[in-house]
Amino acid sequence: MADHKTGDQIPAAATDISWEVRNGVTRAADVLEKYLGEIERRDDDVHAFNLVLTDESRARAAEIDDAVAMGRNLGALAGVPVALKDNMCTRGIPTTCSSKILDGWKPPYDATIVTKLAEAGAVIIGKTNLDEFAMGSSTENSAFGATHNPHDLTRVPGGSSGGSAAAVAAGFAPVSLGSDTGGSIRQPAALCGVVGVKPTYGAVSRLGLVAFASSLDQIGPMANSVSDAALLLEAVSSHDPMDSTSIEQGPLEISQQLDWGVAGLRVGRITDLPEGASPDVNERLEVAFDNLRAAGAEIVDVEVPAFTYGLTAYYLIAPAEASSNLARYDGVRFGLRKDAPDTNAMYMATRTEGFGDEVKRRIMLGTYALSAGYYDAYYGRALKVRRRIAADFAKAYEKADILLTPASPTVAFKMGDKTTDPMSMYLCDTYTIPSNLTGDPGMSVPFGTGDSGLPVGVQVLAPALKEDVMFRTAAELERSMS
Amino acid sequence: MSEKAADTEVWTSNGYELVVGLEVHVELLTRTKLFSGSPNHFGDDPNTNIDPVSLGLPGALPVLNRQAVELAMRLGLALNCTIQRSTFARKNYFYPDMPKAYQISQYDEPISVDGWLDLPSGFRVGIERGHLEEDTGKSTHMGGAGGRIHGSDYSLIDFNRAGVPLVEIVSRPDIRTPEQAKAYVSELRAILIAVGASDAKMEEGSMRVDANVSVRLPGAELGTRCEVKNVNSIRSVGRAIEYEAQRQVGMLEAGESIRQETRHWDENDGRTHTLRSKEDADDYRYFQEPDLVVVDPDVGWIETVRSSLPVLPAARRQLLAELTGQTTDAEAVLVVTERGQDEYVLSVAQAGGDAARALVHVKEAFAEQGDDPSIPAADLAKLTSLEIDGALTATQAKQVLAEIVAGNGGDAAAIAASKGFEAMDDSELQSMIDGAISAQADAWAKFCAGDGKAMGALVGAVMKASRGQADGKAVTAILNERRQNT
Repeated sequence: MADHKTGDQIPAAATDISWEVRNGVTRAADVLEKYLGEIERRDDDVHAFNLVLTDESRARAAEIDDAVAMGRNLGALAGVPVALKDNMCTRGIPTTCSSKILDGWKPPYDATIVTKLAEAGAVIIGKTNLDEFAMGSSTENSAFGATHNPHDLTRVPGGSSGGSAAAVAAGFAPVSLGSDTGGSIRQPAALCGVVGVKPTYGAVSRLGLVAFASSLDQIGPMANSVSDAALLLEAVSSHDPMDSTSIEQGPLEISQQLDWGVAGLRVGRITDLPEGASPDVNERLEVAFDNLRAAGAEIVDVEVPAFTYGLTAYYLIAPAEASSNLARYDGVRFGLRKDAPDTNAMYMATRTEGFGDEVKRRIMLGTYALSAGYYDAYYGRALKVRRRIAADFAKAYEKADILLTPASPTVAFKMGDKTTDPMSMYLCDTYTIPSNLTGDPGMSVPFGTGDSGLPVGVQVLAPALKEDVMFRTAAELERSMS
Repeated sequence: MSEKAADTEVWTSNGYELVVGLEVHVELLTRTKLFSGSPNHFGDDPNTNIDPVSLGLPGALPVLNRQAVELAMRLGLALNCTIQRSTFARKNYFYPDMPKAYQISQYDEPISVDGWLDLPSGFRVGIERGHLEEDTGKSTHMGGAGGRIHGSDYSLIDFNRAGVPLVEIVSRPDIRTPEQAKAYVSELRAILIAVGASDAKMEEGSMRVDANVSVRLPGAELGTRCEVKNVNSIRSVGRAIEYEAQRQVGMLEAGESIRQETRHWDENDGRTHTLRSKEDADDYRYFQEPDLVVVDPDVGWIETVRSSLPVLPAARRQLLAELTGQTTDAEAVLVVTERGQDEYVLSVAQAGGDAARALVHVKEAFAEQGDDPSIPAADLAKLTSLEIDGALTATQAKQVLAEIVAGNGGDAAAIAASKGFEAMDDSELQSMIDGAISAQADAWAKFCAGDGKAMGALVGAVMKASRGQADGKAVTAILNERRQNT
C-alpha cells in the first residue's frame, strides 16, 4: 500500500488520479480527503453543493483501496471523485433539483450514469446546486440559495449546472456531471473557466435524470481539461435499453484521438451568427480561429440562417415539455404536500408553495403554447423551426467539419444583474441552444480571459456522433493556450 | 355474410332514429405493463405491482412492451384493420390516480385503422381505430356518499393498474339499435378471447364500454351526442342506450336541445346522469411523447402475426350453421360457438353422428363442459344415430345423455336398454292414445272444436300412461291426424 499523500502530492488530473489509484501509487482515500478538505475550506462561500456525501464517499474510497489491495481490476475512473448535479437520481440519497417541491424525496433507484460511474470505480462526492429543475442561466433560481463563481464571488457561475461548474473550478472535485437542455453545461463551463460538454442526444442515458425538456436534455461532463472530460464521457456514454431515445451503439471513443491535431480539418465560421457577444468574447473567438489555422486547419465561411430563430423555438418547445414533465409534482405520491380541503386546492397549494417563480413562468408559457387553439401558432410552429435549424446545420456541415462560436455572449455577470429581466437571462443561451434543438454535440473550452480578467469559453460544435473530431479540435485549442 | 345484410330491426321513437358509436377499452393479457417490467395482474394486494415508471417518479422513463404491440396488432388484424406506423402522445390532465399527470396514449397516429366487425346477423359495423394506451391507477374514496371523490373523507389509490396496457377500439357511428350494440360488444368480446388479446371480463373491468348516443330524424345530420360511461355488462349496454335515446327524444319533443356531455349510467335507477358537460372538459394539450420513438411494424412482422391468428368466431359460426342447417345467429349456434364447443359438434358429425341433434344436445347439456368436453364424440354420435333411427325419442335421448354426461361417456344403446327404453311400437302408442281420449273426453271435445290448448291434457295423459317414454312429437302428430279424420 502506498504512503499517504496530501495536497500537491495528489495529481490534479482525473486521468492521473485513476492511473495512480489503479496502480497503488496513490490511495483513493487520500485523493478524496484532499477534495473534502477543499470543500470544507471554501464551499461555504461558493455553495457549489446541496449535499456533500462525506460518509458515503469515504466508505466508497475505502472500498476502492481494498479492491486495489486485493489486486482487482478497476475501471477508468478508479478513485476519481465526481460531483453530480442534483437532478440525477441517487438511490436512498436526496435528489432535490434545488426545488422545495422534492422536499424529503429519496429516489428508490440509481440513474444509469450513477451505475456507470460505480462500474468505472468513481467516488461520488456530492450533489451540486442548480437552477431549480435546471431552469436558468445563473444558478440563482435555487431554493437553497445561489452558487457563486469561484473566480469572483460577487459573480454568477452561470447555469443551470452552476454547482457542477463551480465545483470543478474551485477544486472541490476533479470532474463533475451536469445536464444541458439549452446550454446548461456549456455556459457555466465558460463562465467558470472549465471544459463542458453536451454530447450527441442519446449518447448518454437519461434514465434517472429528472426531466426538464425530454427531447433536449442530455447529461455531459465538466472538467479542468479536455482529456478529463473525454475520460468521463467515455465512462458514462453507452446504449441503455431502458432509455428509448438512447442511441444503439457502444461507448464513445475519444481519448486516443486527442493528439491527432487539426491539420486539414475544415473549421467553419458562421457568417450570419446572431449578434450580441461582447467585444472581449469576440476577440478570443478570433484568436481561436487564428490558432487553429496556425495548427493546419482550414477556416471556411458557412451560413446557418435559422440559427437566430433557435432561442424563440427553444422557449416554446422546452417550456411545453416542461409543463408536462413537471405536472407529476402534485403532492400525491412524493415530495411536498400542502394540505387543503379538496384535491384541486391541494394541487394548487402544493405547487404554489413548492415551485419558484422561473419554474412557474415556464409552466405557464408551456401550457399556453400547447393549448387548444394556440398549438399550431406556437408549439407546432416551433417544431417546424426546429426542423429548419437542423436542415441548415446539416448544410453547413457539408462545407465544414467543425463550427466555432462563442459559448456565452459575455463573461460572468454580477449576481442579481439579470434576475429581474428574464429575457436578458434567456439571451445567455443564444449560442448554445441550437445544438440542443438539433441533437448535435457541442462543448465549451476555456480560452483565456476577457473583461475583468474573467474566463472566456469558445464553443466547438460538431455533427451528431462526431465527438472525436470535436474533442480533437478542443484539445488543439487547449494546447495552443499552454 | 361479408356484405352488409339488412338488419330487420330498426329502433325508432316518435320518428327519431338512433345512432350509436362505441368506444371499448380492453386490458391486454401481457405478462408485464405497457412501459415497465411490473406484472400486469389483477387482484393482487394494492401497490405491490409497482415501480418508478408506474408511479411516475422523477427520472423514470417508459420502455414500450413488445408483447403489447403484438397483441394490439392481433386484435387490429382480427378486426380487419390496417396496421400502420404509429406514435405515442401525452394526454395531460391532473387526477390523483394518474401518476405522471399525463396518460401516454396513441393519438393522431394509432396502430390500427379502418377495419370492420360483422355481427352474427350479418350487419357490419365499421371500426375507426384501435390505439394503445396505458391504464390509470384505481381510486377508492372513503367516507361520504356513493363512493364519489366529492364529499369523501379521504381516498386510497392502488397503482397496480397504472400502466396496464389497454387498447381502445373506436367504432364508427354505424349502430342503429340497442340490440346491435349488445351484439357488437358480445362479438368483440368473443374475438378478444379468441385471439388471446384480453380476458375481456366486464365485471373485473378488463373490458369497459362507453357509448356515444345520439338521435336524429332519418336522413338528417348527426344529432348532438352524449357519451354514456359506466356501462358494466352487456345487458347494461342495451338498457343504457335505450334509456339515453328515449331521454334525448323526450327532450327534442319538448322543444329542448341536447347538450353535448358525458353521462353516467346508474345501474340501480336505470338512468343516465350528467357527469360533466363539454364546457367543463379538460384541454388535454396533446403532444408527441418525447420519451418514446415511432412504432413502425414491418410487413414481415405484420404477416407473421396475421398468419398466427386462429379461426375467428364469425367463421366458426358460419361453419357450424352450415353443418347443422341453422342460421348463423341461431341461439344454439351463438351459444355453442361462444363456449368454444363448435369444434366438438364437428367432431361428433365426423364420428358419424347427426350434427343438428348434436348441436341441440351440446347446447342443452354441455354448459359445464368448457371448450374441450370430456365425453367422447363417438358416444354422442351414437346417441344421435339412435334418435334419427327412431330407436329413441327426444325425451329418452335426453335422459340417456344425462347419464352419459354424468359418467363422462358411455354406450347410448346399453344405457337405453338398461333404462328399458325400447322404441314403442305404433299399436302400443295408438292404444294409449285411445285410453287418453276416453279418460279426457272433455279435452278431446274441446280439441276437436279447435281449442289447441286442450291438446296439452291429452298428451299429458299419454305421457303419464307411458311413464314418460312416449315420443311427444309422435303423440301430437297422431292426435292431429285423428282430429282431421273425425
